[in-house]
Amino acid sequence: MRNILIVGANSAIAAACARRWAEQPATFFLVARDTGKLEQVAADLRVRGAAVYAYGLDCNRFEDHAAMLDACQQALGSIDIALIAHGTLPDQKACEQDVALALREFSSNGLSVIALLTLLANRMEVQRQGCIAVISSVAGDRGRPSNYLYGTAKAAVSTFCEGLRARMFKVGVHVLTIKPGFVATPMTAGLPLPGPLVATPEKVAGDIVAAVERKKNTLYTPWFWALIMMIIRSVPTAIFKKANL
Amino acid sequence: MAATLDSWGRYPGFAQTAHPVYWRDQLADSFADLVQAHGSGLAYGNGRSYGDSCLASSDHVLHMRGLDRFISVDWEAGVLVAEAGVTLDEVLQLAIPHGWFLPVTPGTKYVTLGGAVANDVHGKNHHVRGTFGRHVRRFALLRSDGSYPICSLTENAELFAATVGGLGMTGVIAWVELALMPIKSSRIDTTTQRFGSLAEFFTLSAELDAAHEYTVSWVDCLASGSSAGRGVFIAGDHATFGELEPDRRPKLTVPLTPPISAINRLSLWLFNHSYYLAHPAQRTRQKVNYEPYFYPLDRILHWNRIYGPRGFQQYQCVIPTVAAQPAMQALLQAIAVSGHGSFLAVLKCCGDIASPGLMSFPLPGVSLALDFPQHAELDATLFPRLDAIVREAGGRLYPAKDAHMTGDDFRRFYPRWEQVEALRDPALCSRFWQRVTRI
Repeated sequence: MRNILIVGANSAIAAACARRWAEQPATFFLVARDTGKLEQVAADLRVRGAAVYAYGLDCNRFEDHAAMLDACQQALGSIDIALIAHGTLPDQKACEQDVALALREFSSNGLSVIALLTLLANRMEVQRQGCIAVISSVAGDRGRPSNYLYGTAKAAVSTFCEGLRARMFKVGVHVLTIKPGFVATPMTAGLPLPGPLVATPEKVAGDIVAAVERKKNTLYTPWFWALIMMIIRSVPTAIFKKANL
Repeated sequence: MAATLDSWGRYPGFAQTAHPVYWRDQLADSFADLVQAHGSGLAYGNGRSYGDSCLASSDHVLHMRGLDRFISVDWEAGVLVAEAGVTLDEVLQLAIPHGWFLPVTPGTKYVTLGGAVANDVHGKNHHVRGTFGRHVRRFALLRSDGSYPICSLTENAELFAATVGGLGMTGVIAWVELALMPIKSSRIDTTTQRFGSLAEFFTLSAELDAAHEYTVSWVDCLASGSSAGRGVFIAGDHATFGELEPDRRPKLTVPLTPPISAINRLSLWLFNHSYYLAHPAQRTRQKVNYEPYFYPLDRILHWNRIYGPRGFQQYQCVIPTVAAQPAMQALLQAIAVSGHGSFLAVLKCCGDIASPGLMSFPLPGVSLALDFPQHAELDATLFPRLDAIVREAGGRLYPAKDAHMTGDDFRRFYPRWEQVEALRDPALCSRFWQRVTRI
């Protein structure tokens, strides 16, 4: 029986991961802002045989993080897997015109993850086992004009995870940074994504579940994004700044 | 630009703009938005209807596949409640390890629960358990007036009857409560035997239908002369012992559409001939997995692409018992003469268990289904010829497979269509419904 904490459990990728984990006996502590939707996700997992606790939290209310983690500890005891999956897809153009909006989106995708990981890491450090899996993005590998606010937040998350991984390695806790490419989810619905590069949440979830088992450090999913991002990272700035990516 | 969808036969080619739905509590808003923007629409499940019954007359559909959550289950009673976009495959994956199976399953497991209700699908055990709709205890139906009635045989019974087999016209099905069937094993005990003629098929069917849960036959529609009507009879029952294991074999796929149909006279002859010879002449018993037994074609994802960009049409009719043998003979002869063969021609005796739906397809008699690569001649000569035989024999065609039925035929085949039309949600209309009711 594994104990699994998922923050942002309503996200399509997180829900798909949960279904995969629910194929084995598991207890979930699911956290999301919209509790109505969370109940629908929880009911689905219960039918699949899992024990599920559902908890409502707005991750931008940093002061509520500790209470959530207390409740999680109370429910699960120890945590075998923590998946941090919450986030938004900001409207870059709007963020360029509205500082408050830009900072709020940065908080949703960056600061709130850092705040949460700080508290979570200290608790995982005590139990000296388990895996923290964090959904970052390929968008954090390079700042692109079309979504650099999102990219900045994800870059912060990726770098934070890299440092945290090295710290937690010494106490037996693994940290996995997940960098999905384009995924067909409600978050990306209606975006003009290039068809052949778009993966399903189920495909990405399969990769994540396998990467947790294998204690991978950084996961590009689907795999070809590792190649694409290697090329994109190597484009000289003199050329990159002229492109409209 | 949103994704576009088509029907399984990819004919007629009206690309559907998808309006995806992900949450039950957003269904009403999504439906209202679609109606506001495009006048009307249609619920689209997993796109396994062959013709135009899953295409909206507005070409804008509510894509229901995102509603794929289970809601509750009672493993004691075998009752599952699930969102309408859940596929039969997902139900099997969940239910088999608990010793439950679908009470009725069509030839593909990739249909959604909503689609199974809307088309009142049937399977190889129709003679024992009737249609899918008989096992549906309740469902929730969203209507564009904002009402959200729960329908069953006793609650909103009129809407229930009009919705089972109602082709999605009466509302958008949000969730379905289904009574499952207990099994001891996911393996199937099969009995296979070749037959040399239609007469032999009818004899075998009379003998084996009574003794087996599942029966179906494949018929060689290219054979003529002395071998006309030859085929393979396959009966099956759930094994009484053995494992309870959902299928997890890797799937093959047709990755892209070839520029022309791979189904031609040569490939059809080769397939039909070798399929016949590959089966035993004598009655043979075997234990097989449920997957190859029920869903041989599901092994290959996107198999519909082999028909090329023009797509294909399925012709499925059912003929009442009294007229079945001569009518089947006439149908097969007309097909053999036309030279348009089918890759899988399927014969099945349907039983007399009535459906709760007003427009259910099966009737007591024999059903025949064939796939034809799309060709102008189909609609011009072959199908009118077959339709005349079906009409003459008092049979009918299956809307879920149809892309050609005339309005006159539809109204003759389904005289209760007007009751469905009376309860139709004005914000829902398919291209099929528009075509056959001449709205």
